[in-house]
Amino acid sequence: MENNIQHADIYAIALHHRFQWEEAQQSYVILFPEGMVKLHGGAGEILKRVDGKASVGDIVADLKTTFPDAEDIESDILGMFDLAVGKAWLRKLN
Amino acid sequence: MAQLNNGVAASVTQKQPLWLLAEVTYRCPLHCAFCYNPTDYDKHTKNELTTEQWISALRDARKMGAIQLGISGGEPLLRDDIEEIVAEAHKLGYYSNLITSGVGLTEKRIQAFKEGGLDHIQLSMHDVTEDISNFITNTRTFELKKKVAAMIKSHGYPMVLNVVIHRYNIDQVGKILEMAEALGADYVELANTQYYGWSLVNRDQLMPTREQLDRAEAATNAFRERVGNKMKVFFVVPDYFADRPKKCMNGWGEVFMIVTANGDVLPCHSARVLPGMTFPNVRENGLEWAWKESPAFTKYRGMEWMKEPCRSCDEKENDLGGCRCQSYLLSGDAEMADPVCTKSPNRHLIDEALVNSQNPLVREQPIIFRTDKNSKKYVEGDKERIAQFHALP
Repeated sequence: MENNIQHADIYAIALHHRFQWEEAQQSYVILFPEGMVKLHGGAGEILKRVDGKASVGDIVADLKTTFPDAEDIESDILGMFDLAVGKAWLRKLN
Repeated sequence: MAQLNNGVAASVTQKQPLWLLAEVTYRCPLHCAFCYNPTDYDKHTKNELTTEQWISALRDARKMGAIQLGISGGEPLLRDDIEEIVAEAHKLGYYSNLITSGVGLTEKRIQAFKEGGLDHIQLSMHDVTEDISNFITNTRTFELKKKVAAMIKSHGYPMVLNVVIHRYNIDQVGKILEMAEALGADYVELANTQYYGWSLVNRDQLMPTREQLDRAEAATNAFRERVGNKMKVFFVVPDYFADRPKKCMNGWGEVFMIVTANGDVLPCHSARVLPGMTFPNVRENGLEWAWKESPAFTKYRGMEWMKEPCRSCDEKENDLGGCRCQSYLLSGDAEMADPVCTKSPNRHLIDEALVNSQNPLVREQPIIFRTDKNSKKYVEGDKERIAQFHALP
């Protein structure tokens, strides 16, 4: 599954989708026509770094620095990308 | 991760009105025979909330966690302040959706919506043929809708088409999906008619047969296989043909809050049909009180109100007893299990309706279109008709 995601890949939030912090829910959400997804802790931390410029590799490195105590963080991150691409929340730019 | 399907939360820990539906007006240029609006809507057309009252309601609901905003009606574009409302909604951080028939959408207005930050536009379509589309809406709007669809697309909006399905168009579902594809639709909702308001009055005329429904579902699945991810197709199954009721509104006072044209605050679109209820109104009550404490919102929240067979049912958490309005409209008892449920002692009401709708004598009765004239009849208390209507089927 995770083989689909490469370190050099660059993603952005999909067209017609919006990513934002929701104060009332204390979490990040993705909004799209007729629906919404609430992103728990780690998932929000990953997607908030998706800006159409940073590569997957950049994001992995950044998260490893930000959360030095988290174990096996890389496979979690790639798994989250895989899920988000599968759900069409992200679009690939390169 | 809580996945919200079709705008409905599958799991939320605290009850927040995530979805706010603003039914800004009941005036409408169309006269659709399947409209869920109240049959007595005519009495709510003259005391609409002002722009300031809407903006204040949006602000209050946002503080309570509302995030998805539907601007609906009637036809919202009949108000000339939608641009202002949309811009304010965007500033507040809503993901906003204009739900429209397309009548009244001009280049100038769509430009203003885009600049104001409207996120998407949901357009209603009715059929692939001009005849059926014009017939069921009781207007000549088919060609206009196609032009509006192109306009929505050209402004970079996601194209969300909503097609209400009934006996007159259900056999065209495959062609309707092809039309949607040709128009460049991103999302299509095939919403089988639910029977409330005008559609309940016309139920025998609108209900398809089970065979028609099966064919439509097969056509939808075949289309999905061909088109794949490019277009998302939702097929909203009509509950009369199911064995268990729908979890109506995802539960009473769980995630949905509706503010109507005159300021009433409702937990569902048709709650005003229920007897002995007083609903909060934004002119007198704060939205926070309405949601958290008002007797109307607390009455059917959760499972405390249930009686048998729901109370001891091991499936009660799946559907929360179904729809209170449907139960009341069909059985006269709002607290009874939804008659759709085969465990309900009232299931025969659904089965009889299914049979009745195939009775040529009943189904050939004239359709009653959603017009101001017909609504006035309901308001003025055409008692004979209303009595007859509640006694249905």
